[in-house]
Amino acid sequence: MSLNNVFTIAGSALTAQSMRLNVVASNIANAESATSSTGQPYQGRHVVFSAIPVSASQPQVAGVRVTSVVEDTSPPRLKYDPGNPLADQRGYVNLPNVDPVEEMADMISAARSYQTNVELMNTAKNLLQKTLQLGQ
Amino acid sequence: MLDKIAHYFDFQQQALNLRAKRAEVIASNIANADTPNYKAVDIDFAAALQSAQGNPSRLAMTVTDPAHIASQPATGGSVGAELKYRSAVQRSLDGNTVDMDVERAAFTDNAMQYQSTLTFLNRRISGLNDAIKGGQ
Repeated sequence: MSLNNVFTIAGSALTAQSMRLNVVASNIANAESATSSTGQPYQGRHVVFSAIPVSASQPQVAGVRVTSVVEDTSPPRLKYDPGNPLADQRGYVNLPNVDPVEEMADMISAARSYQTNVELMNTAKNLLQKTLQLGQ
Repeated sequence: MLDKIAHYFDFQQQALNLRAKRAEVIASNIANADTPNYKAVDIDFAAALQSAQGNPSRLAMTVTDPAHIASQPATGGSVGAELKYRSAVQRSLDGNTVDMDVERAAFTDNAMQYQSTLTFLNRRISGLNDAIKGGQ
């Protein structure tokens, strides 16, 4: 039944958007982490969304899945702070390449998408309930 | 006689099937609103309903004896809805053609039409009930 597939599709979007929110949280939390277990500054991360078809017969109707989390390869932010123990010979510290403003915008976008998909599921639930009461 | 009663609900049944299918397709568009290179699709409802009405399914009974009452083939079986790509109002850099406003409007419209069809079907059922009971 097609209406049940709405739950599968919107549910996959909820999972994907919450993963995106997790990654944003990680980026913002580590926006000032000048070092990590590898000795390098933290690198911003981004999720990669892919469309996953629900049934083989109709490849265009698809849910969504996070297929990978990639690291931002842009260069680290340099901050002049000669007193910092992590500073190089010229007195610069390498800070993560995370832009907090960009991350906040990403967070709002993810939250809105999440809300929309919850509304979708609610509508589909109402329609199914009404269908079940047919003829009563 | 009984197959006449079954045919009495055919139109609404096909319409509901198509509406449910369209809800699934639009849910897929909304779920993939952030997926790069995803192309929004939709069903041409009027054309799909017309082709569903002209498409007899395999549920008809075979007449093997002249005394058998011939039944018309039921038409509520398969829903051959052809998916078409939506032309983007505004193009985006990542190749995604989902316009959230258009999709949300389409989903709400579809849900309302589904409920109207359900109401019509309910009236048909209660009308038939009245006829069977003969006003008792």
